[in-house]
Amino acid sequence: MSEFLLELFYIIGCVTFIIGLKKLSSPDTARRGNYLAAAGMILAMLGTILFEKNEAGQSIGNFGWIAAGLIVGTGVGYYMAVKVKMTAMPQMVSFFNGTGGACSAIIASMGLFSGSSTDAGFLLVAYLGIGVGAITFSGSMIAFGKLDGKIKDLRTNYMSYVNLALLIIVVGIMAVATVSPQTIDSATAGWWLLGISTVYGVLFVMPIGGADMPVVIALLNSLSGIAGAFGGLLYGNSIMLIGGILVGASGVILSALMCKAMNRSLLNVLIGNFGGGATAGGAAAGDQVVREATVNDTAIMCAYATRVCIVPGYGLAVAQAQHVCHEFEKSLEAKGVEVYFAIHPVAGRMPGHMNVLLAEADVPYPKLIEMDQANGMMPQTDVVIIVGANDVVNPAAENDPSSPIYGMPIIKVLDAKSVIVMKRSMRPGYAGIENPLFFHEKTKLLFGDAKDTLGKLVTELKTL
Amino acid sequence: MASITSFFLENQEMIFLIILAIYLGEEVIANVPSVLHTPLMSGSNAISGVVIMGSIIAIGHAAPDDYLLLSFGFLAVVLGTLNVVGGFAVTGRMLAMFKKKK
Repeated sequence: MSEFLLELFYIIGCVTFIIGLKKLSSPDTARRGNYLAAAGMILAMLGTILFEKNEAGQSIGNFGWIAAGLIVGTGVGYYMAVKVKMTAMPQMVSFFNGTGGACSAIIASMGLFSGSSTDAGFLLVAYLGIGVGAITFSGSMIAFGKLDGKIKDLRTNYMSYVNLALLIIVVGIMAVATVSPQTIDSATAGWWLLGISTVYGVLFVMPIGGADMPVVIALLNSLSGIAGAFGGLLYGNSIMLIGGILVGASGVILSALMCKAMNRSLLNVLIGNFGGGATAGGAAAGDQVVREATVNDTAIMCAYATRVCIVPGYGLAVAQAQHVCHEFEKSLEAKGVEVYFAIHPVAGRMPGHMNVLLAEADVPYPKLIEMDQANGMMPQTDVVIIVGANDVVNPAAENDPSSPIYGMPIIKVLDAKSVIVMKRSMRPGYAGIENPLFFHEKTKLLFGDAKDTLGKLVTELKTL
Repeated sequence: MASITSFFLENQEMIFLIILAIYLGEEVIANVPSVLHTPLMSGSNAISGVVIMGSIIAIGHAAPDDYLLLSFGFLAVVLGTLNVVGGFAVTGRMLAMFKKKK
C-alpha cells in the first residue's frame, strides 16, 4: 500500500512539474505555475518521508536529522531569497543552482559509499552523478562570484588544454572504474572524481565572462537537472529522474537559444573566447569623429518625437538606473510620446536579465519588445536611446565579415531616424570590438553615468 | 552485444521514459518569450532541487550511529532544501514584479 501511495504522490508531483513549467512560459499564468510546481515538490517530499521503503522494507528513519536539515535549509533559503536585492538576482539563481548540484554530488557519493554493488550500471550512474553534480556545484559558485563582481575572468592560452586534460581524466576514471571495478576501488574512484570534477567546474567557468554569461548560466542550470536525473537512476526514484530530465532538457534548449542569439556554437562559447582583442579592428576607427549631444538636445529630441525606443544593456544594471529609466519613460509618455524597450536576448548577464531588471522598476511587460518585433518597428521610430548596450547594437555584426561578432543578430537601431548613445566613455564593449555605430552620422553620444544622465533628462523634460 | 541487448530489454520502459521526458522538456518550453527567460530558468532550477528526495532517502536509511553518513546526509538535505525553497521563493518574487498595467 505504501509503495502505491508513494508512486501516486510522485506521479502527481511529476504532473505538477510539467504543468508548472508549461505555465511558466506565459506571463499571465507564470505565478500559478510556480506555486503549482512548489506544491508538487512539497507533496513529493511528504510522500518520500512517509511512504519510502528500502529493499529491506525499512521505512525512513532519523527524522530528527531530516527535520533539522529541512528547517535550516528553509530558513536560510527563504531569508536569502527574500533579502536579496532584485539587481542581485542573477547571482542568487546561480547560487541556488550550485547548492542543488552539491546535493546531487553528495547523494551520489552516499549511494556509492553505502552500496556494495559492483554492478557496472550502478557504478557508472553513481560516478556520473558525482561528476556532473560536482561540476554544477563549483561552476555555479564561480558564476555566482563573477556575477557578484568578486571573481575576475581568468584567461590564459593553456587553459583550454588544462581543461581538456581534466575532462579526459574525469571520463577516464569513470570508464576504468566502471569497466574493471577490481583495478580501482569504488570509494577511491568516488573521492577522486569528486575532487577533480570540482576543480574542472572552477576552471571551466573561469575564462568565460561578460556577454557569454547567459549561455553558461543556462548550461549550468541544465547540468543540475542532469545530475538530478542520475540521482534518480541511482536511487530508482521516478520523480528525481523525470524532474531532472525535464530541467536538463529545458536548460539545453535555453542554452541553444542563447547561443543562437549570439550566432555562436556552444563549443565556441566554451572553448574559444573572443579573439582577445587581436581582431578588434582598431585600425578602422582611427581618427573618426563622434558627435556629442547635450542633455538639453536629447530632451527636446525625445519630447517632440512620436515614437522613442530605449535599448537597455548590462550598463543599465551596473548603473542601477532601471528606476530612473522608468521615470524617463513615464515623463515622455506624459508628453504623448510612445515609448517602448527593445530587448536583445543576450543583453545582460543571464537569459532575460533586462526583463527582470525593468520589471523591478515597474515597467509593464507589454512595453518590453523582443528583438525581431522591435526591428520591425525601427523604421517608424524617431529616436533610439541606447543605455549601457554596445555589442547588441553593433552594425559590424551585419556588414563587416572581419568582425568577431559578424553574423550575430542585432537590434537594427540605424533603421530609426536618429540614435542617442549613453556612454560613460569611449571604451569599447565587453567583446573589445570597435562599434561603427558611434561614428555614424545618425548617432550622437551623450557622455556620463546612465543614472545621472537619465535623472537630468527627467528634470529637463519637466521644464519643457 | 548480448549484454547490450539484454540491458535494453530489461530497461526498456526506463529508456522509453527517458526519451519521452527529454522531448517533453523541450516541448514544454519551446515557445517561451524572452520576457520570462529568467523566471523560467529560476523555476526549473527550483525543480532540479527534486534531488532533495535522494537526500531524504539516503539519510533516512543510514544507521543511527553512522555519524559520517548522517553528517553527509544532513548537509545534502540542507543544500537540497536551499535549492528548493530559495529557488521557488526567488521565482515567486520575480514573477510578482511582472505586471501588465499599473
